[in-house]
Amino acid sequence: MNVFLFELKSIRKSLITWSLSISAFLVFYLSFFPLMESSGGSFDQIMANFPPEFTAFFGMSPELPISTIMGYFALTFGIVQIPLAIQASNYGFHILSVEERELTADFLFSKPIKRSTILYSKLGAITISLTVVNVLLFISTLICLTLFRAGTTVDYLAVVTVLSSIFFFQLFFVGVGMVISVSLKKIPSVLSFSMALSLGMYMASSLDTMMSMQIMKYVSPFSMFSPTRILIDGHLNLISLLICIVVIFGTILTSYFLYLKRNIASL
Amino acid sequence: MNIIEFNHLTKYYGDVKGCEDINFSIQEGEIFGFIGPNGAGKSTTIRTMLSLIYPTSGSVTIFGKDAIEFGHEIRQDIGYLPSEIFYYDKMKVIDLLQYSASFYKKNCDQRIHELAEIMELDLSRKIQDLSYGNKKKVGIVQGLLHSPKIIILDEPTSGLDPLMQQKFFQLIVEENKKGATVFFSSHILSEVQQLCNRVAIIKNGEIVGIQDIKELRGDTYKKFTIIGTNLNHGKFDVEGVTNLNSSDHKVTFFFKGNVNHIVSLLATLTLDDVLIEEPTLEEIFMHYYE
Repeated sequence: MNVFLFELKSIRKSLITWSLSISAFLVFYLSFFPLMESSGGSFDQIMANFPPEFTAFFGMSPELPISTIMGYFALTFGIVQIPLAIQASNYGFHILSVEERELTADFLFSKPIKRSTILYSKLGAITISLTVVNVLLFISTLICLTLFRAGTTVDYLAVVTVLSSIFFFQLFFVGVGMVISVSLKKIPSVLSFSMALSLGMYMASSLDTMMSMQIMKYVSPFSMFSPTRILIDGHLNLISLLICIVVIFGTILTSYFLYLKRNIASL
Repeated sequence: MNIIEFNHLTKYYGDVKGCEDINFSIQEGEIFGFIGPNGAGKSTTIRTMLSLIYPTSGSVTIFGKDAIEFGHEIRQDIGYLPSEIFYYDKMKVIDLLQYSASFYKKNCDQRIHELAEIMELDLSRKIQDLSYGNKKKVGIVQGLLHSPKIIILDEPTSGLDPLMQQKFFQLIVEENKKGATVFFSSHILSEVQQLCNRVAIIKNGEIVGIQDIKELRGDTYKKFTIIGTNLNHGKFDVEGVTNLNSSDHKVTFFFKGNVNHIVSLLATLTLDDVLIEEPTLEEIFMHYYE
Protein backbone atom coordinates (compact mmCIF):
# COMPACT_ATOMS: atom_id res chain seq x y z
CA MET A 1 0.00 0.00 0.00
CA ASN A 2 2.84 2.41 0.80
CA VAL A 3 4.39 2.02 -2.66
CA PHE A 4 0.99 2.51 -4.28
CA LEU A 5 0.40 5.77 -2.42
CA PHE A 6 3.95 6.88 -3.13
CA GLU A 7 3.55 6.22 -6.86
CA LEU A 8 0.19 7.93 -6.93
CA LYS A 9 1.71 10.95 -5.24
CA SER A 10 4.64 11.02 -7.62
CA ILE A 11 2.45 11.08 -10.74
CA ARG A 12 -0.09 13.41 -9.19
CA LYS A 13 1.29 16.55 -10.76
CA SER A 14 1.57 15.12 -14.25
CA LEU A 15 -1.90 13.64 -13.89
CA ILE A 16 -3.45 16.99 -13.00
CA THR A 17 -1.63 18.76 -15.84
CA TRP A 18 -2.51 16.16 -18.46
CA SER A 19 -6.11 15.55 -17.54
CA LEU A 20 -6.96 19.23 -17.18
CA SER A 21 -5.27 20.28 -20.40
CA ILE A 22 -6.80 17.42 -22.41
CA SER A 23 -10.27 18.26 -21.11
CA ALA A 24 -9.70 21.98 -21.66
CA PHE A 25 -8.61 21.29 -25.22
CA LEU A 26 -11.76 19.27 -25.87
CA VAL A 27 -14.01 21.91 -24.31
CA PHE A 28 -12.29 24.67 -26.27
CA TYR A 29 -12.74 22.95 -29.62
CA LEU A 30 -16.31 21.79 -29.03
CA SER A 31 -17.29 25.32 -28.02
CA PHE A 32 -16.67 26.42 -31.61
CA PHE A 33 -19.32 24.11 -33.02
CA PRO A 34 -22.19 26.66 -32.88
CA LEU A 35 -20.08 28.90 -35.15
CA MET A 36 -19.44 26.05 -37.53
CA GLU A 37 -23.13 25.12 -37.58
CA SER A 38 -24.25 28.67 -38.26
CA SER A 39 -22.01 28.90 -41.30
CA GLY A 40 -24.54 26.56 -42.86
CA GLY A 41 -22.47 23.83 -44.40
CA SER A 42 -20.00 26.15 -46.15
CA PHE A 43 -17.23 24.28 -44.32
CA ASP A 44 -18.46 21.04 -45.80
CA GLN A 45 -18.16 22.57 -49.22
CA ILE A 46 -14.62 23.72 -48.55
CA MET A 47 -13.74 20.27 -47.31
CA ALA A 48 -15.35 18.68 -50.35
CA ASN A 49 -12.93 20.67 -52.52
CA PHE A 50 -9.96 19.00 -50.88
CA PRO A 51 -8.81 15.68 -52.28
CA PRO A 52 -10.46 12.85 -50.29
CA GLU A 53 -7.02 11.48 -49.30
CA PHE A 54 -6.29 14.77 -47.57
CA THR A 55 -9.46 14.85 -45.50
CA ALA A 56 -9.10 11.15 -44.72
CA PHE A 57 -5.63 11.81 -43.34
CA PHE A 58 -7.26 13.98 -40.68
CA GLY A 59 -9.87 11.36 -39.92
CA MET A 60 -12.74 13.02 -41.75
CA SER A 61 -15.24 11.11 -43.80
CA PRO A 62 -17.89 12.36 -46.23
CA GLU A 63 -20.30 10.06 -44.41
CA LEU A 64 -19.92 12.24 -41.33
CA PRO A 65 -19.74 15.90 -42.37
CA ILE A 66 -18.17 18.28 -39.88
CA SER A 67 -21.16 20.57 -40.01
CA THR A 68 -23.00 17.97 -37.91
CA ILE A 69 -22.19 17.78 -34.23
CA MET A 70 -21.21 14.11 -34.61
CA GLY A 71 -18.82 14.85 -37.43
CA TYR A 72 -17.32 17.75 -35.53
CA PHE A 73 -16.95 15.63 -32.40
CA ALA A 74 -15.27 12.85 -34.38
CA LEU A 75 -12.70 15.30 -35.71
CA THR A 76 -12.07 16.83 -32.27
CA PHE A 77 -11.83 13.50 -30.49
CA GLY A 78 -9.44 12.20 -33.14
CA ILE A 79 -7.06 15.01 -32.19
CA VAL A 80 -7.62 14.50 -28.44
CA GLN A 81 -6.47 10.91 -28.91
CA ILE A 82 -2.93 12.15 -29.58
CA PRO A 83 -2.30 13.63 -26.11
CA LEU A 84 -4.14 10.66 -24.60
CA ALA A 85 -1.66 8.36 -26.34
CA ILE A 86 1.34 10.43 -25.27
CA GLN A 87 0.17 10.53 -21.66
CA ALA A 88 -0.40 6.78 -21.56
CA SER A 89 2.93 5.99 -23.23
CA ASN A 90 4.65 8.29 -20.77
CA TYR A 91 3.27 6.21 -17.90
CA GLY A 92 4.18 2.98 -19.66
CA PHE A 93 7.78 3.91 -20.36
CA HIS A 94 8.23 5.67 -17.03
CA ILE A 95 6.73 3.48 -14.39
CA LEU A 96 9.03 0.44 -14.39
CA SER A 97 12.19 2.24 -15.46
CA VAL A 98 12.12 5.28 -13.21
CA GLU A 99 14.13 3.77 -10.34
CA GLU A 100 17.01 2.71 -12.53
CA ARG A 101 17.02 6.01 -14.41
CA GLU A 102 16.88 8.15 -11.29
CA LEU A 103 19.17 5.76 -9.41
CA THR A 104 16.73 5.03 -6.62
CA ALA A 105 16.55 1.32 -7.48
CA ASP A 106 18.93 0.26 -4.71
CA PHE A 107 16.72 2.00 -2.21
CA LEU A 108 13.43 0.45 -3.29
CA PHE A 109 14.56 -3.06 -4.18
CA SER A 110 16.56 -3.58 -1.00
CA LYS A 111 13.40 -3.04 1.02
CA PRO A 112 11.37 -6.02 2.26
CA ILE A 113 8.91 -6.03 -0.59
CA LYS A 114 8.32 -8.45 -3.47
CA ARG A 115 8.93 -7.17 -6.96
CA SER A 116 5.47 -8.37 -7.91
CA THR A 117 3.99 -6.17 -5.16
CA ILE A 118 5.93 -3.20 -6.53
CA LEU A 119 4.56 -3.94 -9.99
CA TYR A 120 0.96 -4.27 -8.78
CA SER A 121 1.26 -1.04 -6.83
CA LYS A 122 2.57 0.80 -9.86
CA LEU A 123 -0.12 -0.66 -12.12
CA GLY A 124 -2.72 0.29 -9.54
CA ALA A 125 -1.50 3.88 -9.48
CA ILE A 126 -1.62 4.06 -13.28
CA THR A 127 -5.12 2.59 -13.37
CA ILE A 128 -6.33 5.23 -10.93
CA SER A 129 -4.73 7.96 -13.03
CA LEU A 130 -6.27 6.70 -16.25
CA THR A 131 -9.64 6.46 -14.53
CA VAL A 132 -9.40 10.10 -13.50
CA VAL A 133 -8.70 11.13 -17.10
CA ASN A 134 -11.59 8.99 -18.30
CA VAL A 135 -14.08 10.41 -15.84
CA LEU A 136 -13.04 13.98 -16.65
CA LEU A 137 -13.35 13.38 -20.38
CA PHE A 138 -16.71 11.65 -20.01
CA ILE A 139 -18.12 14.53 -18.02
CA SER A 140 -16.68 17.34 -20.13
CA THR A 141 -17.65 15.69 -23.42
CA LEU A 142 -21.23 15.01 -22.41
CA ILE A 143 -21.71 18.49 -20.96
CA CYS A 144 -20.11 20.20 -23.97
CA LEU A 145 -22.08 18.22 -26.53
CA THR A 146 -25.28 19.11 -24.73
CA LEU A 147 -24.36 22.79 -24.40
CA PHE A 148 -22.91 23.38 -27.84
CA ARG A 149 -24.98 21.08 -30.04
CA ALA A 150 -26.74 24.18 -31.46
CA GLY A 151 -30.04 22.46 -31.78
CA THR A 152 -28.75 19.46 -33.71
CA THR A 153 -29.16 15.88 -32.45
CA VAL A 154 -26.53 14.07 -30.49
CA ASP A 155 -26.35 10.28 -30.63
CA TYR A 156 -25.40 9.85 -26.97
CA LEU A 157 -25.10 6.07 -27.17
CA ALA A 158 -22.53 6.35 -29.95
CA VAL A 159 -20.69 9.08 -28.03
CA VAL A 160 -20.50 6.91 -24.92
CA THR A 161 -19.20 4.07 -27.09
CA VAL A 162 -16.41 6.36 -28.34
CA LEU A 163 -15.61 7.49 -24.80
CA SER A 164 -15.55 3.91 -23.52
CA SER A 165 -12.72 3.17 -25.95
CA ILE A 166 -10.35 5.58 -24.14
CA PHE A 167 -9.50 3.06 -21.46
CA PHE A 168 -8.46 0.33 -23.92
CA PHE A 169 -6.79 2.91 -26.11
CA GLN A 170 -4.62 4.15 -23.25
CA LEU A 171 -3.87 0.74 -21.73
CA PHE A 172 -2.53 -0.35 -25.11
CA PHE A 173 0.11 2.39 -24.92
CA VAL A 174 0.82 1.68 -21.26
CA GLY A 175 1.38 -2.01 -21.98
CA VAL A 176 3.57 -1.50 -25.04
CA GLY A 177 5.58 1.19 -23.21
CA MET A 178 6.12 -1.09 -20.22
CA VAL A 179 7.23 -4.10 -22.22
CA ILE A 180 9.71 -1.99 -24.22
CA SER A 181 11.06 -0.36 -21.06
CA VAL A 182 11.75 -3.70 -19.32
CA SER A 183 13.23 -5.24 -22.47
CA LEU A 184 15.83 -2.51 -22.75
CA LYS A 185 18.71 -1.93 -20.36
CA LYS A 186 17.82 1.68 -19.83
CA ILE A 187 15.32 4.28 -21.00
CA PRO A 188 17.39 7.46 -21.09
CA SER A 189 14.50 9.78 -21.92
CA VAL A 190 10.87 8.78 -21.48
CA LEU A 191 9.43 11.60 -23.59
CA SER A 192 11.36 10.74 -26.74
CA PHE A 193 10.25 7.11 -26.50
CA SER A 194 6.62 7.95 -25.84
CA MET A 195 6.52 10.58 -28.61
CA ALA A 196 7.99 8.08 -31.05
CA LEU A 197 5.47 5.40 -30.09
CA SER A 198 2.35 7.55 -30.03
CA LEU A 199 3.11 9.79 -33.00
CA GLY A 200 4.38 6.78 -34.93
CA MET A 201 1.11 4.99 -34.35
CA TYR A 202 -0.81 8.13 -35.28
CA MET A 203 1.06 8.61 -38.54
CA ALA A 204 0.73 4.95 -39.41
CA SER A 205 -2.98 5.12 -38.81
CA SER A 206 -3.44 8.34 -40.81
CA LEU A 207 -1.47 7.02 -43.78
CA ASP A 208 -3.45 3.79 -43.59
CA THR A 209 -6.76 5.69 -43.77
CA MET A 210 -5.46 7.95 -46.52
CA MET A 211 -4.45 5.01 -48.68
CA SER A 212 -7.46 2.90 -47.59
CA MET A 213 -5.22 -0.01 -46.63
CA GLN A 214 -7.28 -1.23 -43.67
CA ILE A 215 -4.26 -2.85 -41.99
CA MET A 216 -3.80 -0.51 -39.08
CA LYS A 217 -7.12 -1.38 -37.52
CA TYR A 218 -5.31 -4.49 -36.32
CA VAL A 219 -2.16 -2.64 -35.25
CA SER A 220 -2.62 1.00 -34.26
CA PRO A 221 -5.11 2.06 -31.58
CA PHE A 222 -5.78 5.22 -33.58
CA SER A 223 -7.35 3.02 -36.26
CA MET A 224 -8.71 0.41 -33.85
CA PHE A 225 -10.70 3.09 -32.09
CA SER A 226 -11.13 5.66 -34.87
CA PRO A 227 -13.98 7.89 -33.59
CA THR A 228 -15.24 8.50 -37.14
CA ARG A 229 -15.51 4.76 -37.69
CA ILE A 230 -17.23 4.14 -34.37
CA LEU A 231 -19.73 6.97 -34.90
CA ILE A 232 -20.60 5.75 -38.41
CA ASP A 233 -20.87 2.09 -37.37
CA GLY A 234 -22.45 2.85 -34.01
CA HIS A 235 -20.25 0.22 -32.31
CA LEU A 236 -16.63 -0.73 -31.70
CA ASN A 237 -14.92 -3.03 -34.17
CA LEU A 238 -14.94 -6.32 -32.27
CA ILE A 239 -11.81 -7.78 -33.86
CA SER A 240 -9.88 -4.58 -33.15
CA LEU A 241 -11.10 -4.58 -29.57
CA LEU A 242 -10.14 -8.21 -29.14
CA ILE A 243 -6.66 -7.63 -30.56
CA CYS A 244 -6.24 -4.64 -28.28
CA ILE A 245 -7.21 -6.66 -25.20
CA VAL A 246 -4.81 -9.45 -26.18
CA VAL A 247 -1.99 -6.90 -26.63
CA ILE A 248 -2.76 -5.31 -23.25
CA PHE A 249 -2.70 -8.64 -21.39
CA GLY A 250 0.24 -9.95 -23.38
CA THR A 251 2.43 -6.91 -22.77
CA ILE A 252 1.56 -6.64 -19.09
CA LEU A 253 2.24 -10.35 -18.49
CA THR A 254 5.53 -10.22 -20.39
CA SER A 255 6.55 -7.10 -18.47
CA TYR A 256 5.70 -8.89 -15.23
CA PHE A 257 8.02 -11.81 -15.93
CA LEU A 258 10.83 -9.66 -17.29
CA TYR A 259 10.58 -7.29 -14.35
CA LEU A 260 10.72 -10.13 -11.83
CA LYS A 261 13.85 -11.58 -13.44
CA ARG A 262 15.55 -8.27 -14.07
CA ASN A 263 19.09 -7.62 -12.87
CA ILE A 264 19.03 -4.17 -11.36
CA ALA A 265 21.92 -2.27 -12.92
CA SER A 266 24.37 -0.92 -10.40
CA LEU A 267 25.06 2.78 -10.34
CA MET B 1 25.62 -20.21 13.86
CA ASN B 2 26.14 -19.27 10.22
CA ILE B 3 23.93 -16.29 9.48
CA ILE B 4 25.09 -15.78 5.89
CA GLU B 5 26.31 -18.58 3.64
CA PHE B 6 27.63 -18.21 0.13
CA ASN B 7 27.36 -21.50 -1.73
CA HIS B 8 29.55 -21.49 -4.85
CA LEU B 9 28.00 -18.19 -5.87
CA THR B 10 28.80 -17.21 -9.46
CA LYS B 11 27.57 -14.24 -11.44
CA TYR B 12 28.34 -13.46 -15.05
CA TYR B 13 27.05 -10.40 -16.88
CA GLY B 14 26.94 -11.94 -20.33
CA ASP B 15 30.59 -12.89 -20.84
CA VAL B 16 31.88 -10.57 -18.18
CA LYS B 17 32.70 -12.14 -14.85
CA GLY B 18 31.14 -10.45 -11.82
CA CYS B 19 32.18 -13.02 -9.26
CA GLU B 20 32.98 -16.72 -9.37
CA ASP B 21 32.65 -19.58 -6.92
CA ILE B 22 32.25 -17.42 -3.82
CA ASN B 23 32.05 -19.94 -1.01
CA PHE B 24 32.27 -18.91 2.63
CA SER B 25 30.06 -18.17 5.58
CA ILE B 26 29.66 -15.50 8.22
CA GLN B 27 28.84 -16.19 11.86
CA GLU B 28 26.12 -14.43 13.76
CA GLY B 29 27.50 -11.42 15.64
CA GLU B 30 30.60 -10.99 13.52
CA ILE B 31 31.86 -7.80 11.95
CA PHE B 32 33.05 -9.25 8.71
CA GLY B 33 35.27 -7.31 6.37
CA PHE B 34 35.13 -7.71 2.62
CA ILE B 35 38.02 -6.10 0.87
CA GLY B 36 39.39 -5.88 -2.59
CA PRO B 37 40.29 -3.30 -5.19
CA ASN B 38 37.66 -1.47 -7.22
CA GLY B 39 35.91 -3.75 -9.67
CA ALA B 40 36.89 -6.93 -7.83
CA GLY B 41 33.30 -8.10 -7.42
CA LYS B 42 32.38 -6.72 -4.00
CA SER B 43 29.22 -4.96 -5.12
CA THR B 44 28.19 -7.89 -7.32
CA THR B 45 28.38 -10.18 -4.29
CA ILE B 46 26.41 -7.76 -2.13
CA ARG B 47 23.76 -7.14 -4.77
CA THR B 48 23.13 -10.88 -4.99
CA MET B 49 22.59 -11.03 -1.23
CA LEU B 50 19.84 -8.44 -1.63
CA SER B 51 18.46 -10.14 -4.78
CA LEU B 52 18.99 -6.96 -6.74
CA ILE B 53 20.64 -9.28 -9.24
CA TYR B 54 20.23 -12.99 -9.82
CA PRO B 55 23.11 -15.47 -9.56
CA THR B 56 24.24 -17.32 -12.69
CA SER B 57 24.82 -20.35 -10.46
CA GLY B 58 25.20 -21.11 -6.77
CA SER B 59 23.22 -19.39 -4.06
CA VAL B 60 23.28 -17.23 -0.97
CA THR B 61 21.54 -18.38 2.20
CA ILE B 62 20.66 -15.81 4.86
CA PHE B 63 19.00 -16.76 8.17
CA GLY B 64 18.95 -20.29 6.70
CA LYS B 65 16.73 -19.19 3.80
CA ASP B 66 17.51 -18.77 0.13
CA ALA B 67 18.17 -15.09 -0.56
CA ILE B 68 16.30 -15.07 -3.85
CA GLU B 69 13.27 -17.15 -2.97
CA PHE B 70 12.66 -15.55 0.41
CA GLY B 71 14.22 -12.21 -0.47
CA HIS B 72 11.43 -10.00 0.77
CA GLU B 73 11.23 -11.83 4.12
CA ILE B 74 14.96 -11.73 4.65
CA ARG B 75 15.23 -8.06 3.79
CA GLN B 76 12.89 -7.30 6.69
CA ASP B 77 15.96 -7.79 8.89
CA ILE B 78 18.64 -6.37 6.64
CA GLY B 79 19.89 -2.82 6.63
CA TYR B 80 21.77 -1.81 3.50
CA LEU B 81 23.90 1.22 2.83
CA PRO B 82 24.77 1.42 -0.88
CA SER B 83 28.08 2.85 -1.99
CA GLU B 84 26.54 5.61 -4.07
CA ILE B 85 23.64 7.38 -2.48
CA PHE B 86 20.76 8.62 -4.61
CA TYR B 87 17.30 9.29 -3.30
CA TYR B 88 14.11 10.90 -4.45
CA ASP B 89 15.58 14.38 -4.73
CA LYS B 90 12.44 16.39 -4.19
CA MET B 91 11.55 14.73 -0.90
CA LYS B 92 12.38 16.05 2.50
CA VAL B 93 14.77 13.93 4.54
CA ILE B 94 12.11 13.09 7.11
CA ASP B 95 9.61 12.07 4.41
CA LEU B 96 12.14 9.78 2.80
CA LEU B 97 13.00 8.19 6.14
CA GLN B 98 9.34 7.69 6.98
CA TYR B 99 8.75 6.16 3.56
CA SER B 100 11.70 3.88 4.22
CA ALA B 101 10.30 2.98 7.66
CA SER B 102 6.89 2.19 6.17
CA PHE B 103 8.32 -1.00 4.66
CA TYR B 104 9.13 -2.49 8.07
CA LYS B 105 6.77 -4.07 10.51
CA LYS B 106 7.76 -1.86 13.42
CA ASN B 107 7.53 1.73 14.49
CA CYS B 108 10.86 3.40 13.74
CA ASP B 109 10.04 7.04 14.54
CA GLN B 110 12.03 7.22 17.75
CA ARG B 111 15.05 5.51 16.23
CA ILE B 112 15.00 7.92 13.25
CA HIS B 113 15.33 10.88 15.57
CA GLU B 114 18.00 9.22 17.71
CA LEU B 115 20.10 8.37 14.68
CA ALA B 116 19.61 11.79 13.10
CA GLU B 117 20.84 13.37 16.32
CA ILE B 118 23.94 11.17 16.49
CA MET B 119 24.78 11.83 12.84
CA GLU B 120 23.85 15.54 13.12
CA LEU B 121 21.39 15.31 10.26
CA ASP B 122 18.81 18.03 9.63
CA LEU B 123 15.55 16.19 8.93
CA SER B 124 13.64 19.14 7.51
CA ARG B 125 15.81 19.79 4.49
CA LYS B 126 15.17 18.69 0.96
CA ILE B 127 17.41 15.89 -0.27
CA GLN B 128 18.46 17.76 -3.40
CA ASP B 129 19.90 20.54 -1.22
CA LEU B 130 22.16 18.18 0.74
CA SER B 131 25.90 17.79 0.23
CA TYR B 132 27.32 14.38 -0.66
CA GLY B 133 28.37 13.76 2.93
CA ASN B 134 24.93 14.67 4.23
CA LYS B 135 23.28 12.37 1.71
CA LYS B 136 25.54 9.65 3.04
CA LYS B 137 24.20 10.35 6.50
CA VAL B 138 20.65 9.96 5.18
CA GLY B 139 21.81 6.61 3.83
CA ILE B 140 23.18 5.57 7.20
CA VAL B 141 20.00 6.50 9.07
CA GLN B 142 17.92 4.84 6.36
CA GLY B 143 19.95 1.65 6.69
CA LEU B 144 19.80 1.47 10.48
CA LEU B 145 16.39 2.87 11.41
CA HIS B 146 14.72 -0.53 11.72
CA SER B 147 17.47 -2.01 13.95
CA PRO B 148 18.34 -4.73 11.42
CA LYS B 149 19.92 -8.07 12.37
CA ILE B 150 22.31 -7.85 9.44
CA ILE B 151 23.92 -4.59 8.38
CA ILE B 152 25.43 -4.54 4.90
CA LEU B 153 27.76 -1.65 4.22
CA ASP B 154 29.16 -1.05 0.75
CA GLU B 155 32.04 1.41 0.97
CA PRO B 156 30.22 3.38 3.64
CA THR B 157 32.75 6.01 4.62
CA SER B 158 33.38 7.88 1.36
CA GLY B 159 32.23 11.46 1.75
CA LEU B 160 32.20 11.42 5.55
CA ASP B 161 34.64 13.62 7.41
CA PRO B 162 36.91 11.82 9.91
CA LEU B 163 34.83 12.91 12.89
CA MET B 164 31.61 11.58 11.35
CA GLN B 165 33.46 8.46 10.29
CA GLN B 166 34.34 7.79 13.93
CA LYS B 167 30.76 8.43 15.07
CA PHE B 168 29.58 6.09 12.37
CA PHE B 169 32.02 3.39 13.43
CA GLN B 170 30.88 3.76 17.04
CA LEU B 171 27.31 3.38 15.87
CA ILE B 172 28.18 0.20 14.01
CA VAL B 173 30.04 -1.20 17.00
CA GLU B 174 27.06 -0.46 19.25
CA GLU B 175 24.67 -2.16 16.84
CA ASN B 176 27.05 -5.10 16.79
CA LYS B 177 27.06 -5.27 20.59
CA LYS B 178 23.28 -5.35 20.48
CA GLY B 179 23.59 -8.46 18.32
CA ALA B 180 23.74 -7.22 14.74
CA THR B 181 26.00 -8.96 12.27
CA VAL B 182 27.92 -6.56 10.06
CA PHE B 183 29.13 -7.18 6.52
CA PHE B 184 31.56 -4.40 5.74
CA SER B 185 32.80 -3.98 2.20
CA SER B 186 35.64 -1.59 1.55
CA HIS B 187 38.81 -1.03 -0.39
CA ILE B 188 40.31 0.93 2.52
CA LEU B 189 42.12 -1.61 4.65
CA SER B 190 42.72 0.59 7.66
CA GLU B 191 39.00 0.97 8.36
CA VAL B 192 38.47 -2.75 8.00
CA GLN B 193 41.39 -3.26 10.36
CA GLN B 194 39.77 -0.96 12.90
CA LEU B 195 36.37 -2.68 12.94
CA CYS B 196 36.42 -6.23 11.72
CA ASN B 197 37.02 -9.62 13.29
CA ARG B 198 37.51 -11.51 10.09
CA VAL B 199 38.09 -10.47 6.56
CA ALA B 200 37.69 -11.99 3.11
CA ILE B 201 39.83 -10.72 0.28
CA ILE B 202 38.33 -10.69 -3.19
CA LYS B 203 40.25 -10.18 -6.39
CA ASN B 204 39.08 -10.56 -9.99
CA GLY B 205 35.78 -11.89 -8.74
CA GLU B 206 37.29 -14.69 -6.67
CA ILE B 207 37.97 -15.04 -2.96
CA VAL B 208 41.73 -15.28 -2.53
CA GLY B 209 41.83 -15.56 1.24
CA ILE B 210 39.85 -15.42 4.46
CA GLN B 211 41.77 -14.34 7.52
CA ASP B 212 41.30 -13.66 11.17
CA ILE B 213 42.47 -10.10 11.67
CA LYS B 214 44.03 -10.54 15.11
CA GLU B 215 45.80 -13.69 14.08
CA LEU B 216 46.97 -11.97 10.97
CA ARG B 217 48.41 -8.94 12.64
CA GLY B 218 49.95 -8.72 16.12
CA ASP B 219 50.80 -12.34 16.78
CA THR B 220 52.51 -13.30 13.64
CA TYR B 221 54.09 -10.73 11.38
CA LYS B 222 56.72 -8.16 12.33
CA LYS B 223 58.02 -5.59 9.97
CA PHE B 224 61.77 -4.97 10.13
CA THR B 225 63.53 -1.90 8.78
CA ILE B 226 67.31 -2.01 9.05
CA ILE B 227 69.60 0.85 8.13
CA GLY B 228 73.38 0.58 7.89
CA THR B 229 76.15 0.05 5.33
CA ASN B 230 76.98 -2.89 3.07
CA LEU B 231 73.76 -4.65 3.93
CA ASN B 232 73.13 -6.22 0.55
CA HIS B 233 74.73 -9.55 1.41
CA GLY B 234 71.70 -11.81 1.29
CA LYS B 235 71.96 -12.94 4.91
CA PHE B 236 68.36 -11.94 5.56
CA ASP B 237 66.96 -14.39 3.08
CA VAL B 238 66.15 -16.96 5.74
CA GLU B 239 63.07 -18.99 6.56
CA GLY B 240 60.10 -16.89 7.73
CA VAL B 241 61.15 -13.77 5.85
CA THR B 242 58.84 -12.39 3.20
CA ASN B 243 58.61 -9.22 1.14
CA LEU B 244 62.37 -8.81 1.35
CA ASN B 245 63.61 -5.55 -0.10
CA SER B 246 67.29 -4.94 0.20
CA SER B 247 69.79 -2.36 -0.91
CA ASP B 248 73.21 -1.43 0.42
CA HIS B 249 71.88 1.03 2.97
CA LYS B 250 68.42 -0.22 3.80
CA VAL B 251 66.72 -3.55 4.16
CA THR B 252 63.03 -4.09 4.87
CA PHE B 253 61.19 -7.37 5.28
CA PHE B 254 58.33 -9.09 7.11
CA PHE B 255 59.17 -11.85 9.50
CA LYS B 256 56.95 -14.57 10.85
CA GLY B 257 58.48 -17.00 13.33
CA ASN B 258 60.87 -16.99 16.26
CA VAL B 259 62.19 -13.40 16.52
CA ASN B 260 65.36 -14.59 18.30
CA HIS B 261 66.67 -15.85 14.98
CA ILE B 262 66.53 -12.39 13.50
CA VAL B 263 67.77 -10.64 16.66
CA SER B 264 70.85 -12.85 16.83
CA LEU B 265 71.45 -12.23 13.15
CA LEU B 266 71.20 -8.48 13.76
CA ALA B 267 73.68 -8.76 16.64
CA THR B 268 76.39 -9.81 14.20
CA LEU B 269 75.98 -6.58 12.20
CA THR B 270 76.92 -2.97 12.80
CA LEU B 271 73.79 -0.91 12.20
CA ASP B 272 72.86 2.76 12.10
CA ASP B 273 69.25 2.15 13.01
CA VAL B 274 66.67 -0.57 13.39
CA LEU B 275 62.92 -0.40 13.46
CA ILE B 276 60.64 -3.31 14.40
CA GLU B 277 56.93 -2.67 14.04
CA GLU B 278 53.59 -4.25 13.35
CA PRO B 279 52.80 -4.08 9.68
CA THR B 280 49.52 -2.48 8.59
CA LEU B 281 47.02 -4.64 6.81
CA GLU B 282 47.78 -2.71 3.67
CA GLU B 283 51.30 -3.99 3.75
CA ILE B 284 50.30 -7.55 4.51
CA PHE B 285 47.67 -7.62 1.80
CA MET B 286 49.48 -5.62 -0.80
CA HIS B 287 50.50 -8.73 -2.68
CA TYR B 288 46.84 -9.67 -3.09
CA TYR B 289 46.20 -6.33 -4.69
CA GLU B 290 49.08 -6.42 -7.13
